[in-house]
Amino acid sequence: MDIDKKIATRQSYGEELVKLGEKNKNVVVLDADLSTATKTEMFAKKFPDRFIDVGIAEANMIGIAAGLSTFGKIPYASSFAVFAVGRAYDQIRASIAYPNLNVKICGTHAGISVGEDGATHQMLEDISLMRTMPNMKVMCTSDDIQTKWAVEEISKIKGPVYLRLCRLATPVIYEENQKFEFGKGVQIGEGTDGTIIATGLCVSEAIKAQKLLEEKGVFVRVVDIHTIKPIDEELIIKCAKETKKIVTVEDHSIIGGLGSAVCEVLSEKYPTKVARVGIKDCFGRSGKAEELIKYFKIDAETIAKTVLE
Amino acid sequence: MKITNIDALKMKANNVRKGIIEAVYSAKSGHPGGSLSCADILAVLYFNQMNVNEKKPDDINRDRLVLSKGHCSPALYSVLAEKGYFDKENLKSFRNINSFLQGHPDMVKVPGVDMTTGSLGQGLSASVGMALASKMNGAGCRVYCIIGDGEIDEGQIWEACMMAYKYHLDNLCVILDYNHLQIDGRVEDVSGLDNVEGKFKSFGFSVLQVDGHNINSLIDCFNTAKQTKGVPTMIIANTIKGKGISYMEGKADWHGKAPNEEEYNKAMTELDTLEFNQ
Repeated sequence: MDIDKKIATRQSYGEELVKLGEKNKNVVVLDADLSTATKTEMFAKKFPDRFIDVGIAEANMIGIAAGLSTFGKIPYASSFAVFAVGRAYDQIRASIAYPNLNVKICGTHAGISVGEDGATHQMLEDISLMRTMPNMKVMCTSDDIQTKWAVEEISKIKGPVYLRLCRLATPVIYEENQKFEFGKGVQIGEGTDGTIIATGLCVSEAIKAQKLLEEKGVFVRVVDIHTIKPIDEELIIKCAKETKKIVTVEDHSIIGGLGSAVCEVLSEKYPTKVARVGIKDCFGRSGKAEELIKYFKIDAETIAKTVLE
Repeated sequence: MKITNIDALKMKANNVRKGIIEAVYSAKSGHPGGSLSCADILAVLYFNQMNVNEKKPDDINRDRLVLSKGHCSPALYSVLAEKGYFDKENLKSFRNINSFLQGHPDMVKVPGVDMTTGSLGQGLSASVGMALASKMNGAGCRVYCIIGDGEIDEGQIWEACMMAYKYHLDNLCVILDYNHLQIDGRVEDVSGLDNVEGKFKSFGFSVLQVDGHNINSLIDCFNTAKQTKGVPTMIIANTIKGKGISYMEGKADWHGKAPNEEEYNKAMTELDTLEFNQ
């Protein structure tokens, strides 16, 4: 992990969309007056005829995306996670997930790491909402390299996908040549004293925690779950068997997110004690992203402490 | 095959009404009132206007119809059966546990259904997406969307109208089934709706007013819409809820209620005794 090279996954999203647009003429991008923040403006400049700005009207954006997909288009509907998923929940449910239409919903600015905008803009329930929806697949990527892979990968998956992205610039974890597979987690390290299962920008915090623990002679592995649904049951069970101790980490509510998904797997298939690090059933608040990560206790120190407890 | 004979189209509309009554009576639930009010509109679209082929329901270049007021699925299923997308006998399975004819239109299960609808206010947005895609593809197909007057309480309808105007969707023709009744009563009382023509005009639509049960006038309107360039069309179809069944006409009560056996027989007798010159 290159701690000094930091890129926000929304930036990677914007850059990769342009490349994808060149490769696949069916890709169209929609935004709801946030293209400078979601970074879809790069696609808009390159392919103005395939970019649709609907204004501040997320429900309508989702419906238009549904209609476009019935003509073979592959729409990437983009907004902040709170509006894309929260504002347009029923539109996603009735017009996309139920008819299983080929629409990609990309929510940037997820989690408390949004920072200064505060609670109204810090979406902490989106994984939970999207995970319960039949036909919907859910991804949350951890760095620039993985996000760029995911943006193209989801264009090849038939049916609806929710891709969760972040505003905050975070370390680049992987090398350019790293291979990923949809539905398969990435194991980082071979430690057997515990497993930290993380998603999104918490993966880099987990890796920092792994190093802190190493200094104390505790050797854990990190599992990066970029695909939350369908989740990599095999890897989770394997880690539970090999390390006994599981800690989940996410910039999302501990209710319904990654932690819940892991607990669902383990409680049914290999009962193991799981500690969930995440936002503890409360709303966010304004502040600097780095401050909030500590304030809400999803930082490396808290993760390391949780493992030791 | 396009039907141009007015009486033949009236007969088709009458058959659509029979199918609606059959479906709702068999299911012992469903929405006859609003289905009957848009029966003539659907008959004209499927038998006189739309470029569709029941043998090729997935043809990418077909015209599309989105029944945004999805609870009126009996009308859509009935016209699709009449057109030959599936056997009419299936209408009797409407809303049954083993049926493909769900309570609200399901594009995955039913051949000929172009968009899944049911949660009000969403179908027009999908129609805008379809009309946009058709323009992008240079396909030249037209998109028809039927919305309810109660449905336009939903803000999403107006969001969709703004985009239809912004993108000059002259291949989009929206039909407002203006029967003046929603579940809780008259639209004027429930949502305070008035001046619909002025509202849609101010959103940039070419607005036409028509008697939604007059086959000739409907054809004229759809033809005018086809000639209109640069802006989408809104046809305000003045209709009667429950049209065609004497005891249902103009009664909000028949929004979501099935007829009993006696009422069913009376309805079928009324529809059966109509005569058409061919």
